[in-house]
Amino acid sequence: MTHLLQNVRPYGGEGATDVRIADGRIAEIGPGLSLGQSTPYDGRGGVLLPGLVDLHTHLREPGREDAETVETGTLAAALGGFTAVHAMANTDPVADTAGVVEQVWRLGRDAGHCDVAPVGAVTIGLKGEQMAELGTMADSAARVRVFSDDGHCVSDASLMRRALEYVKAFDGVIAQHAQEPRLTVGAQMNEGVNSSLLGLTGWPAVAEEAIIARDCLLAAHVSGRLHICHVSTAGSVELVRWAKGKGVDVTAEVTPHHLVLTDDLASTYDPVFKVNPPLRTKTDVEALREGLADGTIDCVATDHAPHALEDKEAEWGAAAFGMTGLETALGVVVRAMGDRLSWRQVAERMSETPARIGRLEDHGRPIAVGEPANLCLVDPGARWTVDPSQSASRSRNTPFAGHELPVRVVATFLRGRPTVLDGRPA
Amino acid sequence: MKRHLLSAADLTLEDATLVLDTATELAQLTERATVKKLPTLRGRTVVNLFFEDSTRTRTSFELAAKRLSADVINFSAKGSSVSKGETLKDTALTLEAMGSDAVVVRHSWSGAPVNLSRFIRGSVINAGDGTHEHPTQALLDAYTMRQRLGRIEGLKVTIVGDILHSRVARSNVLLLHTLGADVTLVAPPTLLPVGVDQWPCQTSYDLDAVLPKSDVVMMLRVQRERMGAAYFPSTREYARRYGLDVRRVQTLSDDAIVMHPGPMVRGMEIAPEVADGVRSTIVEQVANGVSVRMAVLYLLLGGAEPAIGSDDQ
Repeated sequence: MTHLLQNVRPYGGEGATDVRIADGRIAEIGPGLSLGQSTPYDGRGGVLLPGLVDLHTHLREPGREDAETVETGTLAAALGGFTAVHAMANTDPVADTAGVVEQVWRLGRDAGHCDVAPVGAVTIGLKGEQMAELGTMADSAARVRVFSDDGHCVSDASLMRRALEYVKAFDGVIAQHAQEPRLTVGAQMNEGVNSSLLGLTGWPAVAEEAIIARDCLLAAHVSGRLHICHVSTAGSVELVRWAKGKGVDVTAEVTPHHLVLTDDLASTYDPVFKVNPPLRTKTDVEALREGLADGTIDCVATDHAPHALEDKEAEWGAAAFGMTGLETALGVVVRAMGDRLSWRQVAERMSETPARIGRLEDHGRPIAVGEPANLCLVDPGARWTVDPSQSASRSRNTPFAGHELPVRVVATFLRGRPTVLDGRPA
Repeated sequence: MKRHLLSAADLTLEDATLVLDTATELAQLTERATVKKLPTLRGRTVVNLFFEDSTRTRTSFELAAKRLSADVINFSAKGSSVSKGETLKDTALTLEAMGSDAVVVRHSWSGAPVNLSRFIRGSVINAGDGTHEHPTQALLDAYTMRQRLGRIEGLKVTIVGDILHSRVARSNVLLLHTLGADVTLVAPPTLLPVGVDQWPCQTSYDLDAVLPKSDVVMMLRVQRERMGAAYFPSTREYARRYGLDVRRVQTLSDDAIVMHPGPMVRGMEIAPEVADGVRSTIVEQVANGVSVRMAVLYLLLGGAEPAIGSDDQ
């Protein structure tokens, strides 16, 4: 089966061209290619990007299949233009053994909507006490390279140091959820004037920044590879910039929601806006945008965190942290960044760099003959309004309900096979 | 349409003044009458929904509603389906199905009354939510100040204690600002929230410097548990630096009054001699609480349209 993408603009460049896909790879690129036996798809001048890669997705399976499954989560991912997602380890049971990561990886392969790269837990049961069998997970069929206790910070400095050292043996990276636990006991939202008036326990910026500073120093000391999950404060951006200037092997991600939403939204007490790290201030949002534009922040990651209705339809303090984000990610990033990111840079921040950090060889590749055909096609003029009830995710906790987004993914190809066509599951 | 009382910020100057004036009238009416009951809310149902124990506030609301002839249902979270895992939403829908006209809610989570107001058609009155607000307490405090000192505008009000965890402080700051008073918060720095510099009030760490200029001193309870969380080193040191003792009271001006929302810890934030002294309004505050809550219920439920409160959510 071959496909001919007609009239598409790789990286949003000037000239429209055609792209032939055969045997899972890009076979030919050029204007006016003959149709031959290929199935045509009219790209209408849309922007062709390498398939998006998410470094931070919660698929909830095994354990909370009522909130999301690998099947529904990866379908939502494909609709958002993703061809690979990293599935976070905080499932039940926790993804801290080769058995669990292989199970998740296989579920992804069977569903077939996008590749699932399981993230392994750094410590057994995410408890922050004893290192999990990281090497065995790396050597498993799931080929784990990203390790994280996401949701929990590896707060023990000695354990963090050992983890950063240990994963060097198999080119792994520790993805840190930076949250000093003693500074965030009972924390509900960003600490500032809003938390003070709303009577919600504050989650101070320093609790994130202190861990980032410490971990950058640790990574430098042991020459380890560190990735900072969902950076949310202006101070964090400054610290990452400083560490990179010192040559530390550190990368950082930002979520789409932290690029647009602020803690003013907590005044509704609507838990759909409750997330960890919390929504911050306008100043932070601006610093994050600037960091993403200048490359201090390497990539966008969704932190797609689906939750069952009953876990969100509660008092703010009792509700779960997290927001869905796979289907809205690209639109929100384009809306937030406007002219500050070219399509070429969007490809870098949302595909090439996350693929490189996760060591996914077949993703984030150039749009060139011979490369794996993991692609997504974007209509850069298709405005649409987010309707949670239309989401492919099993959960409805998007903070963007009713928001208008400026661009839409119309097609996604995974190794040459369409997973999404005309904005719908293929 | 105004329907709920969720925050003191819901009240405009006109709203707040109307509540205080109405409370004054209702107090006079019930004082004069041999039968203390007014027929105003006959046939209306008020539910006291208390997820947190508070005999004082619940009783005050119950008495207020009964004096207006409303039917009162006390729905305590303890021993009810709530303790068996029922959600706030289900509780709200149950009350709705029973036909309640107003729900008076006390909850340990900040914002719960706001959440509740989205689930039901009747009025929601916040009777204290977490560390957020307690608007009727602020109204009764304002009422008490006006009763004792004849005005609120221009008064220098000093609120002392655990501001960080106090819903009484939040509501008082907002309401007293609306009413034109000049509020100063006094606490150790650990018990003032980050962001307090943007509240419509002053702050100080030095009680002795503030007292001589105060017309009203409101002492807040300080829970001993805060000591364990390192907010201050010992109850003794707290009392020494921030307690209102006999010596400190002597530095107040002649007309200054001493308030406390209760429950108080005698010997900690307030000396027994001060709590029982002539400046103390503590007992009046309790009596005034009933009048003010009658006024709130009357203004939210009495007419075809509520006369005060927050907009429809």
